[in-house]
This record gives sequence, C-alpha cells and structure tokens, in this order.
Amino acid sequence: MVKLYTYAALIIVAGIILVPLLMTALGGFKTLGELRTNPVGLPNHWVWQNYWGILSGFRYWRMLANSLFIAALTSFLTLTAASMAAFTFAHVKFFGRELLLNYFLLGLMFPAATAVLPLFIQVRDFGLLDTYWGVILPETAFGLAMSILLFRDFFRQTPKDLFEAAFVDGCGYIRFFLSITLPLSRPILATVGIFTFVKSWNDYLLPLILLDSESKYPWPLGIMVYQGEFSTDWQLVLAFVTLTILPAIIVFFAAQKHIVAGLTAGAVKG
Amino acid sequence: MGPQPLTRGSSAGRIGGDASGVALAFRGPIAARVGLPGSLRDAGPVLILFLPPALLLFTILVVLPIGEAGWYSFFDWSGYGLPTNFIGWRNFELIARYPAFRTALFNNLLIIAVSLLVQLPFALWLATLVSTRIRGALTFRMIFFLPYVLADVAAGLIWRFMYDGDYGLVAAIAHALGLQAPYPLADPAWAMYAILVVIVWKYFGFHMMLFIAGLQGIDRSLYEAADIDGAGRIQRFRSITLPLLVPTIRLSVFFSVIGSLQLFDMIMPLTKGGPADSTQTLVTFLYSYGIMRMRVGFGSAVGVVLFAICVIFAFSYKRLAFRHA
Repeated sequence: MVKLYTYAALIIVAGIILVPLLMTALGGFKTLGELRTNPVGLPNHWVWQNYWGILSGFRYWRMLANSLFIAALTSFLTLTAASMAAFTFAHVKFFGRELLLNYFLLGLMFPAATAVLPLFIQVRDFGLLDTYWGVILPETAFGLAMSILLFRDFFRQTPKDLFEAAFVDGCGYIRFFLSITLPLSRPILATVGIFTFVKSWNDYLLPLILLDSESKYPWPLGIMVYQGEFSTDWQLVLAFVTLTILPAIIVFFAAQKHIVAGLTAGAVKG
Repeated sequence: MGPQPLTRGSSAGRIGGDASGVALAFRGPIAARVGLPGSLRDAGPVLILFLPPALLLFTILVVLPIGEAGWYSFFDWSGYGLPTNFIGWRNFELIARYPAFRTALFNNLLIIAVSLLVQLPFALWLATLVSTRIRGALTFRMIFFLPYVLADVAAGLIWRFMYDGDYGLVAAIAHALGLQAPYPLADPAWAMYAILVVIVWKYFGFHMMLFIAGLQGIDRSLYEAADIDGAGRIQRFRSITLPLLVPTIRLSVFFSVIGSLQLFDMIMPLTKGGPADSTQTLVTFLYSYGIMRMRVGFGSAVGVVLFAICVIFAFSYKRLAFRHA
C-alpha cells in the first residue's frame, strides 16, 4: 500500500518534469497550425523540416562551437590556476597563507552580477571587449574561489609519508605537484572540471555584457536572438531549444554519476 | 550553481546554481596545518610560479571591480572618460525611490519564502521517497535532477512556451476545461507566481540531491533501534531523520537565498522583468536600469546594495545557523 502511494507520487512528479520537455521536443516536429490545435500530443504529421533546417544551417553549429571553445578554455584555465594555488595552500607553509586563502574565499560571497558594470569597463580598457578572452578570463576569475577550496580540501588528504619519501629522494615541490599530486587528483579534477564547464556552458549574464557580435555568441545568447527573430514561429524556437539542450541531456545520462558529483560539489562535501 | 556561491545557478545554481559549494566556506578557519619536511628555501620557486596566476586573475577581475563599483557608485557617469560628476549618496537615494527596486526586493524575498516553505519540504519528501529501496529509485532521481542540468535560459524558454496562451500547456488545459486561455506571463498579478513555478521546477532536484546525500549519512542502526522500540513512521522522521538532517537543511536554505539573490538568466526569456516591472529581481533591476541605460554610477550603486545584502547575509547566517556547528 505504501509502495503504491510512493510510486503514484513519483510518477506524477516525473510527469511534471518530463511533460514540458517532451512537449518542447515534440513541438519541434509540428507545424505552427498544429501547435495551436494540438500542443500536447504526438504530431499528426511529423515535420522534419524544422530540425533539419537548423541542423543544416551554419548558425546552430557556430553557437555550439563558441560555447564549447569558451567553456573548454575556461575549465582548462580554472583547473590550472586553481590547482596550482590550492597546492601552495595545502602543502607549502608561508607567511600570510591563511590571510591569502581567506582573501580568495571572499569570492564565494557575492555573485558576478554585483560587479558587472565595473567589470565591463575593466574588460573594455584592456581592449578585450567582444573577444573570447574577454569572457573566458572573467568566468575563470569568478570560478577560482570555489575551485581552490575544493582542490585544497582534496590535496590535504595526501598522506604525509608520500611527502617524506619524495623529499628524501630530493623531489622538489613543483615536481611533486606534477608527478604525484596531479596523477592522484583525477577525481577532483573531474569534479571541478565538470562544475566549471557546465557553469560556463550555461552562462548568460557575462557573455551578454561582454560580447557584442553575434558571430561570437555562445548558445544561451544565440538562442535568445533566435527567439527574438522567430518569436511568432514557436515550432522553430522549440526545435532550436531542443537541439541546444540535447548535448547537455546526452552527456548527463552518459555520465550521471560524475555530473551529479560535479554539480553538487562542495555542497555535499560540506 | 556556481562558484561565487554566495553564488546558483544555477545555474546548481545555479542555486543557482550555481551556487553550490559555498558550504565549504563555512567550516571556519583552516584548522590543521600540514607539517612538512623540506626547508622554506625550497618553497620559493613554487610560490613564485604557482600563486600569481590565480592571484592576478582574482584581484583584477573580481576584487578590483567590486572596489570600483564602490567608487563609481558616488558618481553620475556614463562610462566614458573619467568619472568627475561626484553626486555623493544621490544614486542610493534614487534607488530607494524606484518602485521597481522595491518590487525587486519583495520578489527576491518571495522567492526565498517559496524556496523555504514549498521547495525545501517538497525536495525533502521526494528524497525520502527515492532513498527507500524501491525499483527505479535511481531513474526517478535522475529525472528529478534533469532540470537542474539545463541552462536557466533554456528552462525559461521552455516555460515561456508552456505559458503561451495560444499554443502552450496552459492554453491546452484551459481549452480542455472549456475556459478562456490565460496569458500568465502578460498579467502583472500572475507573472511572478508563474515564474516561481519554474524556479521550483528547475531547482528542487538539486535540493533533493543534497537531502539524499544527507540521508545516506544517517546511521541505519538508529532506525532499527527505533523499530524495536515500536516507533512509527512519523515518529522516526521527527526524532531521527529531521534532527540529523539539520546541517543539510542549513545548506539548502543557504543555496536558496543565494540563488534568489542572483536570479537573472531565467527571468530574461520569461518576462525580462515585466510586465510593468512586476517580475524584477535585484539583478534584473540592475540590468534594466543600470546596464541597459549605461548608467555606470547608478548600476554600480545597485551592485553595491546587492553586494552588501550578500555579505551581510553570509556573515549573519554563518553566525546564526552555524553557531553550534
């Protein structure tokens, strides 16, 4: 009896989650006229033209490529800069270490939105407005605090014996980092990498303010432009939305465990 | 979900998103130092090589802009040339006088209230359901977490369609009931509630995952002991589950507040803050009245207000909620 009630509840909630997603995907297969008379059910006639038109065009692929480029470089830079800084915080004793770490942790306290106008001016004065780097560097900077914290926590678990052995053998800090710490840190590299990548892949505010030309737009910006152009043609917008969320959904189901770990990182550990 | 947890999300929480992870910041000062062999002399190169990249990026693109926001907020400035037109506290007085700002503040509080009173219990309830050993529990977890993986912009567009009075789900339901289809997003009285539905739809899965992790940390033998003592389901929940989940609940509350304070991406595809400013949040207000009009001084002042709210919340929450931790 309890089981029946549990399943009923779970299925209803799953329906609430899935119906909008399925309606969006199916809507992309309908004509505008059918969307009006039959928004929920299966299409009477499957129209492939909406999807095909987008997939055979340049625009969709350019958006995805932009997003991929920005997110990949942001993740790479974040992993590099954060893991190096975290290594010193975890393993090297130096004057002012706690102070400096707390300085970075300040970054956890406010969203990027608070400083977005001065950031715009800063990026403009560097001549990086409307360039990929003008988005990548700020996104990296705002991801550092969290990433350093996660890395430092992980690095601190390195057994002391390992250090002693390495130092006795004349291994310095930098070699230790490259040949022992990094190879041992694959789980945390994956977690921080996914966390940073997804955040950058989905980011809207920073590129909105820092990019100008549509040819450089990542997909969240591109899709808003597309929606503005075809706002009366819901079938096209729905097909476009479906195609842009599809990569995320596929990756999510292919690597659920890592994605969940990555996106709830820190929270769960804390 | 994101960094800057005191960031979502998010996008995790984005809760935003992004927003996941702030938690770690709350564990207080770094306790144990790792004692190391090797002399300080060896540490020179590693410090010179390893610290500056992060330090420079963070200082120039995070800390400096915040400081500049404080400086610019006392000027009337369009962003070109140098800020010369010093106007003191004028920008802050202006902000306080905007009805849209008051709406934004109210909406942020409303989002927090709904997160705490609706989303949190809902997520906790579902977490207890999918934590039992039933078939398909894992599949349900993944389905519930799915919306959190989507970008706010995509979720917003999907729901813009759902709410469309000509084509969407709401229209379909209304027609099935023989009613006139409403346009919830075009009605100032309803638009914010419509957005709240989307927020819960997108973010409850994240909170559910937090609670699942929390539930896994509870010692099974406690429940067995309770069974032997003849405790009922409700009693077990109240005397074991709930008290032991308090740390997780604190986290969940924290992410809800931070997520609300940075909510922007989702509002843009749905309403852009309209109709008649009825769905503004602090960040959309900053965008519509500061950035869109290139009023750098005014926008910076809004940023300073947002910053102050975030910092005050972070410190007081740390004090209040983590007092006994």
